[in-house]
Amino acid sequence: MKRRLLLLMAPLLMAQSGAKPVLVPDVSQRNIEIVYSFTGAELLLFGAILYPGGRLPKGEAPTDIVVVVKGPTQSILVREKEKVAGIWVNAARLRYRSAPSFYAVASSRPIERIVDERTRAIYELGLGSLQLSPASSATSDVERRFQAGLVDLKRRAGLYVEAPGAVEITDGVLYRGRVSIPARVPVGRFTAETFLIRDGRVLAAAVRDIDIRKSGFERFVARAADRSSVLYGLVAVALSVALGWIAGQVARRRA
Amino acid sequence: MDLYLPIANLSVNALVIVGLGLGVGLLSGMFGVGGGFLTTPLLIVYGIPPTVAAASSASQVTGASVSGVFAHIRRGGVDFKMGGVLVAGGIIGSLFGAWLFRLLQELGQIDTVIAVVYVVMLGSIGGMMAREASGAILQRHRGLPPKPRKRRHHPLVAALPLRTRFYASGLYISPLAPLLLGFATGILTILLGIGGGFILVPAMIYLLGMATSVVVGTSLFQTLFVTAAATMVHATTTKAVDIVLAGLLLIGSVTGAQLGARFAGRVRPEYLRLALAIIVLLVGLRIFLGLVWRPEEIFSIELA
Repeated sequence: MKRRLLLLMAPLLMAQSGAKPVLVPDVSQRNIEIVYSFTGAELLLFGAILYPGGRLPKGEAPTDIVVVVKGPTQSILVREKEKVAGIWVNAARLRYRSAPSFYAVASSRPIERIVDERTRAIYELGLGSLQLSPASSATSDVERRFQAGLVDLKRRAGLYVEAPGAVEITDGVLYRGRVSIPARVPVGRFTAETFLIRDGRVLAAAVRDIDIRKSGFERFVARAADRSSVLYGLVAVALSVALGWIAGQVARRRA
Repeated sequence: MDLYLPIANLSVNALVIVGLGLGVGLLSGMFGVGGGFLTTPLLIVYGIPPTVAAASSASQVTGASVSGVFAHIRRGGVDFKMGGVLVAGGIIGSLFGAWLFRLLQELGQIDTVIAVVYVVMLGSIGGMMAREASGAILQRHRGLPPKPRKRRHHPLVAALPLRTRFYASGLYISPLAPLLLGFATGILTILLGIGGGFILVPAMIYLLGMATSVVVGTSLFQTLFVTAAATMVHATTTKAVDIVLAGLLLIGSVTGAQLGARFAGRVRPEYLRLALAIIVLLVGLRIFLGLVWRPEEIFSIELA
């Protein structure tokens, strides 16, 4: 850790004048293992802001930190219900090639007050600025409606999260933010991006990867279901028959 | 007590799932229905993905029916010949159902079709049972001797060729009738994730005219084999059978089934039928309201 810090600081020490501040981010967990007791994880994203010269610049606007955690992207189909002949049925639909399965943004202040709309769109900061490219063409009106529907649904499932004020900056140099990951996230590679922002401009950005995977029994079951599905099905049936039979025997003996 | 489900990819309260299984098991022991028509919707309400719910509740129904089948065999309440024909029809039906399921899924109308089928089935069968059972109860209260039930099969059934004797059921009918009945139930097993007992039992009584003493046992016998086949179909195609979820449901339901079977012996059958009719009608009404009321979620997401 210390050595990495030094390494990161080296170029700074060499060219101090006019240099931008540098971010040294880290996450509390690089690997999240899903075991039987997994009910979600609390991710701590923390780090330091290194200013040129090692001093806080005076007289400048305060810096802000925005942290974005993204899950692996998925191709999804969004359907909209409509009332047809008295009953609600799926009617219109829109396919998205790559929507993040999980998206959480934590910031030191509400994002709208940190950056303008254009910057938010470039860096995909905030739920309103997600760039979900629809696979089929639709009018921008329809597109907006579907995107709002998708984001709303995901947000209520706890998979899209906006947490303004969840990042704390101490003495202008140390920051820490919390993002909770619900149990129903898909497994895969997550990224934690950290942005250092001042005066509406992104001064520095850094990315850390987080691997979420099943381990132990959960991994064994998921693999078995996928790779030896016939055997898995037979085991499931055998388990049901055995449990049912045992219960019958127990009840009979008592009766 | 939270537990992570490896296939459903989420964590659930294990006690809630066991309790759900227990309640459904009680019903299955009492009425000889698998209880899938309750498990699947309840699991979906709890937040389990629909495919996983249907696939895993099929294996739960298998377990719940095992002890019932054994109990009925000991009492001589299973017509094996009739059961065999129903199972054959059921397996063909479940394969056809799997094809139909995929087709409807591609059209995006699977949810609506499932709901509409549920409403039609539950409404008509529940109504029929409620009328019959309340009639029987009224007669008992008026002190009239119970009307000797005319154990007659439907004229259409009598018209089918290749008649054969089903001794335990006391019938001389064509095996095509139970084969078709099994086929229809098999489709429903895959489509709705149900055992089909609540269709089979009334159909056996009112359409085939089977002897009541073997109806429940034979229905459970068919349910046992067809849900086992459905579990295999799901395990190899949708890969959505969650063995942990199924195990939790089983622990509850096998216990409930035993309690239910014991309780059933003490209550008059027409009261049982009326109670089942009311449950069936309530579930049907709930699903009907879901269809016509503006849904909470206008949008739905599906991995593509």
